[in-house]
Amino acid sequence: MEVLTSLMSGFAVATTPLHLFLIVLGCLLGTLFGALPGLGPINGVAILLPICYTLGLPVESSLIMLAGIYYGAEFGGRISSILLNVPGDAGAVFTCLDGYPMAQKGLAGPALALSGVASFIGGTIAIVGLTFFAPMLASVAIFFGPSEYFVLMIFAFATISALMGSNPAKSLIGVAVGLAVGVVGVDSTTGVLRFTFGEAELFDGFEFLIVIVGFFAVSEIMLMLEHHSSADFEMPKITRVYVTVKELLYCKWTMVRSSIIGFVVGVLPGTGASIASAVSYTIAQKISDKEGTFGKGDMRGLAAPESANNACAGGALIPMLTLGVPGSGTTAVLLGALMLYNINPGPMLFVEQPLLVWGLIASMYIGNVALLVINFPMVRVFTKILQVPYWLLVPSVIVLAFVGVYSVNMSTFALLLSIILGVLGYFLRKLHYPMAPVILGFVLGRIMEDNLRRAFAMSGGEVNIFFQGTINWILWGLTIFILFVPIISKMVAKRYALAK
Amino acid sequence: MSKALRLVTSMAAIVALSSALNAFEVSKPVCLAPAKPGGGFDLSCRLVSNSLGATKIIEKPMIVNFMPGGVGAVAYNHVIGQRSNDAEMIVAASTGSVLNIAQGKFGANYTVDSVKWLAALGTDYGAIIVKADAKWNTLAELVADLKANPKGFALGSGGSIGSQDWMKAAIIAKLAGINPKDMKYVAFEGGGEALTALLGNHIQVYPGDIAEFSGQLSSGKYKVLAILSEERLPGQMANIPTAKEQGFDAVWTIWRGFYVGPNVTDEQYNYWVEKIQKLVKTPEFEKERELRGLYPFTVIGKDYQKFMQEEEKKFKALAQEAGLTK
Repeated sequence: MEVLTSLMSGFAVATTPLHLFLIVLGCLLGTLFGALPGLGPINGVAILLPICYTLGLPVESSLIMLAGIYYGAEFGGRISSILLNVPGDAGAVFTCLDGYPMAQKGLAGPALALSGVASFIGGTIAIVGLTFFAPMLASVAIFFGPSEYFVLMIFAFATISALMGSNPAKSLIGVAVGLAVGVVGVDSTTGVLRFTFGEAELFDGFEFLIVIVGFFAVSEIMLMLEHHSSADFEMPKITRVYVTVKELLYCKWTMVRSSIIGFVVGVLPGTGASIASAVSYTIAQKISDKEGTFGKGDMRGLAAPESANNACAGGALIPMLTLGVPGSGTTAVLLGALMLYNINPGPMLFVEQPLLVWGLIASMYIGNVALLVINFPMVRVFTKILQVPYWLLVPSVIVLAFVGVYSVNMSTFALLLSIILGVLGYFLRKLHYPMAPVILGFVLGRIMEDNLRRAFAMSGGEVNIFFQGTINWILWGLTIFILFVPIISKMVAKRYALAK
Repeated sequence: MSKALRLVTSMAAIVALSSALNAFEVSKPVCLAPAKPGGGFDLSCRLVSNSLGATKIIEKPMIVNFMPGGVGAVAYNHVIGQRSNDAEMIVAASTGSVLNIAQGKFGANYTVDSVKWLAALGTDYGAIIVKADAKWNTLAELVADLKANPKGFALGSGGSIGSQDWMKAAIIAKLAGINPKDMKYVAFEGGGEALTALLGNHIQVYPGDIAEFSGQLSSGKYKVLAILSEERLPGQMANIPTAKEQGFDAVWTIWRGFYVGPNVTDEQYNYWVEKIQKLVKTPEFEKERELRGLYPFTVIGKDYQKFMQEEEKKFKALAQEAGLTK
């Protein structure tokens, strides 16, 4: 019941006029960022974080709006997947598989409506999960000492390597690039300067904001410049934008199952919407695809990834709010937002900043409803926005990003650095390296190193500190399990094929 | 009025006017906080800008700018390198800044005399904090325990080895007669994280700052074994003993001060000194200082420059002793 009281106090924070406005604004902008191919939640949050900060918004207001962008983008990503067969963001890749065929059959409207409802259900289930599980995890988080954090990071990296995308080697190289960027700056334990070349601006290492703007705004824009405009695509006609009860009931179990899968995947540190939607789509296909209709416009194949990627956004906030460990690339950026405001995300956040945490959670309930309401009447407007020419979009994005970086750091060196990282990011992307592992390597690597050093300082250099205590053993067990998941699933798939 | 008298008066008026025109007066005063908004340097700048605004000692409002990076290293280099004669700007600094200068971390060639030190306007004091259910009740018990078993428990604080936070742990180690290198010291990112680790029993002693900690004082989760001040502090700290009265010569001040660029003229420097001297006597200033949890610590002008040279010398010796520099 304590949870409900806290949630009520959160609603008091979230329902102030300013916050209601920011929720709707965040959701709108998020849908927009999600809908535009190339730009996703991580870019949206990265570009708007410095703006929020410079405008002097208090931390809870910034976070409410940025989170709105996050789950709003998971909502919006489906639009261009369905209409253009171009995923709006990484989490919407699997939405194309059945969404686009539906649109081709003249069912673009129902597809948009159904996926909207699926997103809403996914988001809502995840927020309910967040409401009840986050305080539980927060209450044990105090027992996470340096050694537990270190093993948790090992688990996170194992998750990345086991689940990330089609090319694990590239994911791991991406992680290594992130780690390399992360070691620059003062050594947290000894105070020795590393790889700074005597440049005072590098003493604190690469500022988080510079890294994300470089990797996610600058490199994105360079990629956009070489693509044709989405205005060249032919838009399918949108007929009825609603979905019948019969259609919804047809998908109900798929949606509930995928929401739970998405939520769990989101909670795992180091994963994200793309993995959540991939896993849920694959499972939905294995369970439901008896007639071989998946991939040809099956409604369940559309509902599965959309419920999952929205549920993932809610789940990913749990480790961020309770342990200070991002559950996904975008929450890594949100974590940066907290640190920009000098707030230490960690076990004490729920105790010391209850209004911030519960205000954020409450705002997500409101935001999800807002998204559902916005999405039905406005879906036609969003499809128009998809046709915004790049000559208008690209300069606006880059100006926003640079203004943000400069206003936070007050230094042209920061701008230069973000451009250099942007060029690096551009080449990585051209070589098809996924960027989420890079940012996770950057963020998790620091947490991992700091805690390794702390653990050794506590144990006097003894390794056995990592094998003491229940939490460590649970984490080691999970790590081994997750590493075997790809192997087990392959074996199961083989059996399945043989049995057929 | 005779012609001569008229001439003299007009001459005097001209002289007075022109000298008034010549006298330095800031037009756009700036306080540079070498960190992100919200930290300790921001606090120092707000103290000056708010109290100057309230007393109208400087008519023009003072704005606060930020230049994060290397706990002040970026700002130090920037001021010396690019704005050495900018008399409109004062820059916030604290004990940690001098500690870094002494260890060459602000640039190998820079000393405290690379800038002109203006004034220190307040201080916080070190405090030895443990969990409420810890086995120690006095500093003597803790020191004896550390002496008997240097690796028996871990001390942790919000900074790396050699930082202001570490120094407080090193002082305890020295009291116990052990080399600071031999204690178990765990570096966290900021005092908040260290305090959480103390609560989770991952570290057993947190040498922190008392004003910064004061919000937690009534929570009942911690106890303060000693405050590292010369005398007992007023208010809610009044019943916490100092290290000194427990028989240990351990004082640690975390003063907050300001400097200006090295090429600011003597006239301009004196202008600031004069204004600050006026400021510290006002009740508005005292109120603002108390509001920010700072204790009185006022050193102004040439005295401050001298104080800084002594601090630098002291910290150099400390760093050498601890094996941080050669």
